[in-house]
Amino acid sequence: MFAKESGLQGDPRLKAISEAIRVVPHFPKQGIMFQDITTLLLDHKAFKDAVDIFVDRYRDMDISVVAGVEARGFIFGPSIALAIGAKFVPLRKPKKLPGEVICEAYELEYGTDCLEMHVEAAQPGERVLIIDDLVATGGTLSAAIRLLERVGAEVVECACVIGLPEFKVMLFKFMVEDTLQLSLSS
Amino acid sequence: MSASRDDDPRIHGIKSKIRVVPNFPKPDIMFQDITTLLLDPEAFKDTIDLFVERYRGKNISVVAGIEARGFIFGPPIALAIGAKFVPLRKPKKLPGDVIREEYVLEYGRDCLEMHLGAVKPGERALVVDDLIATGGTLCAAMNLLERAEAEVVECACVIELPDLKGRERLKGKPLYVLVESH
Repeated sequence: MFAKESGLQGDPRLKAISEAIRVVPHFPKQGIMFQDITTLLLDHKAFKDAVDIFVDRYRDMDISVVAGVEARGFIFGPSIALAIGAKFVPLRKPKKLPGEVICEAYELEYGTDCLEMHVEAAQPGERVLIIDDLVATGGTLSAAIRLLERVGAEVVECACVIGLPEFKVMLFKFMVEDTLQLSLSS
Repeated sequence: MSASRDDDPRIHGIKSKIRVVPNFPKPDIMFQDITTLLLDPEAFKDTIDLFVERYRGKNISVVAGIEARGFIFGPPIALAIGAKFVPLRKPKKLPGDVIREEYVLEYGRDCLEMHLGAVKPGERALVVDDLIATGGTLCAAMNLLERAEAEVVECACVIELPDLKGRERLKGKPLYVLVESH
């Protein structure tokens, strides 16, 4: 669901956040309209508002883990974790995390990639929030969910700054039924 | 300057949460793993607080973080001190116009990129990464900011490996770290 559907409609912060995001055509290749959040990060108030909206939503949900997807999930996740008193767990591309990891493959347009997590990052029964800057097909987020569930944690929600229209179509194919998506701007 | 010499009571807790992983990513490297620090909300908060206390009120308008672990520490600092956050990235990750700075690795070269226009002339900037080793990456980061005519006020890292003398590669700019590892 989008934030405006979950009670934040008309929140003036959402408009400023949306307008701070820059669309770059034909990146990384022809035909792709790239949603660039770096311009949001240059606007201190809008960046802070985005974090605050997430914190307000998750603060009282007894979440003990915020997992962020490399690399742009690292930009939003830690601030949320710090504000709600949760641990931050980085989910990374292969071979970046030292020590013992588990790995989940996910599909790219051509081929597959892999997301890794430290085995001891989350304990069974812990309630988890997964963060990324953007959800498109949901493939990466699905892999993230599988990683957390493999160690027995409970994924409460996935949260992204941006949700692209196509994710709604793919939602039921990839996501577990009771996991919601919260996106700030569409 | 190193905060570990300041005997702030929070430093000991932070240092004890950093895990050293031997022989990663290759034999004989003792890898300083900050992910265990991130698993301790109090120690992670103390880490950020120590930086924020130092940089708040110093008229710093830019916090530049080096991909990827600089993205973990930089944004919370930026948000707390009222600065913008500028990601410095590996090649081809940033869309649009960028400036590039090459730097030397142990074997070969790498490159760091920053968006053109992210930083304005005269802005006061902080550069953040999790660790300084040889200082090559931090030096490249500083060069990017200076090419955009910003003033680098200081480099800030959680960990320094002093034996690698990275501090000397910062073109005379100060370095602030929380813990040293020999």
